[in-house]
Amino acid sequence: MPRFRPKDARELAKLVSWAAGDGEGLEVIAGGTKRGLGRPVEAPHQLDITAFAGIEAYEPEELILTAKPATPLAEIETMLGRAEQMLTFEPGDWGPLLGEAAGRQSLGGMLACNLAGPRRIKQGAARDHLLGFHAVSGRGEEFKAGGRVVKNVTGYDLSKLMAGSYGTLAVLTEVTVKVLPRPEATGTLVLWGLDEQRAVAAMTQALNSPHEVSGAAHLPSASVAAVLPGAGRAATLIRLEGPRPSVEARAAALRQELRDFGTAEQLLDEAGARPWRALADVSPFVAEPERVVWRISVAPQSGPTVAAAITGALDARIFFDWGGGLLWCAVPGAEAEGGSTIVRAAAKAAGGHATLVRASAELRGRIPVFEPQPPALEALSRRIKESFDPRRILNPGRMYRDL
Amino acid sequence: MPEPDAGVIARRAEIAAALREIVPGEGVISEEDARRPYESDGLTAYRTLPLLVVLPSTTEQVARVLRFCRDHKIKVVPRGAGTSLSGGALPLADGIVLGMAKFNRVLEVDFANRCVVAQPGVTNLGVTLAVQHAGFYYAPDPSSQIACTIGGNVAENSGGVHCLKYGLTTNNVLGVELVTIDGEIIRLGGKHLDSEGYDLLGVMVGSEGLLGVVTEVTVRILPKPTTARAVLIGFPSNESAGNCVAAIIAAGIIPGGMEMMDKPAIHAAEDFVHVGYPLDVEALLIVELDGPKAEVDHLIGRVEAIARQHRAMSLKVSESEQERLAFWAGRKAAFPAVGRISPDYYCVDGTIPRKRLPEVLTGMARLAEKHRLRVANVFHAGDGNLHPLILYDANKEGELERAEALGADILRLCVEVGGVLTGEHGVGVEKRDLMDTMFNPVDLDHQMRLKCAFDPEGLLNPGKVFPQLHRCAELGRVHVHGGKLAFPDIPRF
Repeated sequence: MPRFRPKDARELAKLVSWAAGDGEGLEVIAGGTKRGLGRPVEAPHQLDITAFAGIEAYEPEELILTAKPATPLAEIETMLGRAEQMLTFEPGDWGPLLGEAAGRQSLGGMLACNLAGPRRIKQGAARDHLLGFHAVSGRGEEFKAGGRVVKNVTGYDLSKLMAGSYGTLAVLTEVTVKVLPRPEATGTLVLWGLDEQRAVAAMTQALNSPHEVSGAAHLPSASVAAVLPGAGRAATLIRLEGPRPSVEARAAALRQELRDFGTAEQLLDEAGARPWRALADVSPFVAEPERVVWRISVAPQSGPTVAAAITGALDARIFFDWGGGLLWCAVPGAEAEGGSTIVRAAAKAAGGHATLVRASAELRGRIPVFEPQPPALEALSRRIKESFDPRRILNPGRMYRDL
Repeated sequence: MPEPDAGVIARRAEIAAALREIVPGEGVISEEDARRPYESDGLTAYRTLPLLVVLPSTTEQVARVLRFCRDHKIKVVPRGAGTSLSGGALPLADGIVLGMAKFNRVLEVDFANRCVVAQPGVTNLGVTLAVQHAGFYYAPDPSSQIACTIGGNVAENSGGVHCLKYGLTTNNVLGVELVTIDGEIIRLGGKHLDSEGYDLLGVMVGSEGLLGVVTEVTVRILPKPTTARAVLIGFPSNESAGNCVAAIIAAGIIPGGMEMMDKPAIHAAEDFVHVGYPLDVEALLIVELDGPKAEVDHLIGRVEAIARQHRAMSLKVSESEQERLAFWAGRKAAFPAVGRISPDYYCVDGTIPRKRLPEVLTGMARLAEKHRLRVANVFHAGDGNLHPLILYDANKEGELERAEALGADILRLCVEVGGVLTGEHGVGVEKRDLMDTMFNPVDLDHQMRLKCAFDPEGLLNPGKVFPQLHRCAELGRVHVHGGKLAFPDIPRF
């Protein structure tokens, strides 16, 4: 497959302009670790943007970092770590989940897929931290939006649109993200042996308390070992972060408040932080690559109902994050359509949506990967796509068929 | 503003009659006296009497009104409480004002899912009032929160003093129901997180009424912090205050609020509310820590130590809720306080990289002198959002024009140092003509095409945000030339 590797924005714009003129589709690739995410791209050319790499500015006191999109996320996290800062939305590394190597994803790829880990419930997703960008749209034109400051409402918030657009609207050439201090201490409370209903009740009580919970997840026994090695019983995890005296005081208070759910075990510092990285990386489902993986977002209280509807019909494994609002669901590969009908119906009944995260290219090409939209919304999305990329040359088909 | 269409104005009575078929009775206001209260918003220097005012009370009515307007090419200016400081709800002589005041009910309080579903005309404070009995609150708190509506907050992506820690409106909205100019009812998001497909929810927030009319909003609510304490710190210079702010953030502390005032603002506030602000300092910083008690008590000590390292001349830690509120009383009264020392004031809203603060304040003083006006500064110091208050007297020939010119110069200065035109008040009509200081024509075209995807005839709130209106057909043209090019200079593999 022909592969282009433009070296700067001008060259990139020229290339995209040519592709637009001739209606030639381009598959945009940086680290390439998420090629298995979304529908398979139907394009005759690859657009390699690895020349757009490097951190351009990092100002810890201003809480901003500006970098080119192909910069490895690991490099950014290392640099932030030196100033005791982080990307607070805790993006996971889905490389291993999708059969790729760990540690190779790029900043731009992470933003384009709008990743967010367990801290999503308190601190938002990638969308909430992309402050501004430069890009080349599907028209082959260089443009920018947003800014390099943390508070800005000048013009439409196109950063939100870029986050989660899977490279289908524009090719990012530079991004500015908001960064935040890394908490000094982490404490995780573990409640053992709860069923889904009781687990969500415990997480709700914790999240509704003033103890500033920054993570709430529940792992049934089948999924627990990848997060808490050696564990065999269902575990409900609640995270507290902040200055050490604060974490200690809140953990003690919350343990007391949750005593109806059992005696909570306390994991501190690295032991308390490690499980959340495993959750962000979807570690429970890495080991069985033949299973189809769904990511379901619903109102937290609907989590157990949605899970019951799915496990009642399919031999599915499910674990919960976001206080019950995020369900990771692994369905046997032999299941027809990856269990799509049942999973989608359950998510829809709860007013949420389901995304097919891991499946064969054949399946991802055949059934919708993203939640199908009602006609008016679908038509609007199509008009937005066409406003940025009228010839539909950027990652064609990645999100929806014919788009 | 776009030239009013005399043909539409001539048909006022006929249009009113047709709209009364959709919104009966007093829902359509046509008498001049009754239209008068709608002629401006919080940016009172600009006034236009609208063609008609329509006050629907159901989503279905909104949809039918918008479809009617689209079919008859009538412009629509959506309006919440009309507290915009950028003229976002400034009417058009040939357009209707679509007032959302009757959408004033909280539809659902869902503590278990930590969210509230409200109609757009509910006030910002109304959301908190609906949940505070259970220890919850809605975090974004613009200073107009008693009056401003949640729908207006969505349109403007409103902030407030707590947004460094808790985010702007966009970070706190989970879902909306909106009606397009075609009368289509679309739901984005809900009680769950993150959208399916393109993040149109993120696009709607802050779109200043140009993309659609929001008829329902779902926001997340938070448990109220158990403790809040504030430190009041005086500094010998703006620079040392700015350095102290940077040092607090570099130390890993994100305060719930961090506000700075310059000398003119301190004096105006103290003269007004007498809360004991030090008058011998050049800059005053209020740092508020909120959260669990153990955390607040710990961090207060650290902030105190940092302030002392940064030449603090005076430092007081609030020891009671009463004292904390007193620290804030001056800051919160800063606008009316300035209103006491000047017949009129004009509030500017730009954001700068915080490290450029000293030079921006120096530059601002120079500009004020050039325009022969005085400026007092209040500043959301944590996130670099400046609110210079320009003092003027509208009754003096040419002073309003000079105040506006000074405001524009200050915003240009913000952009020059790497900042932006507006941190939280929106572009509206006020900063519309400055958009080209931040964006080039290609940047603006990409934004305007997004508008075309929602509103191809440009009927929703035209004349706001964008300095020049282009026809969508013209914007949509693909300016590329077909034919294979060789690209000898692009490496291929």
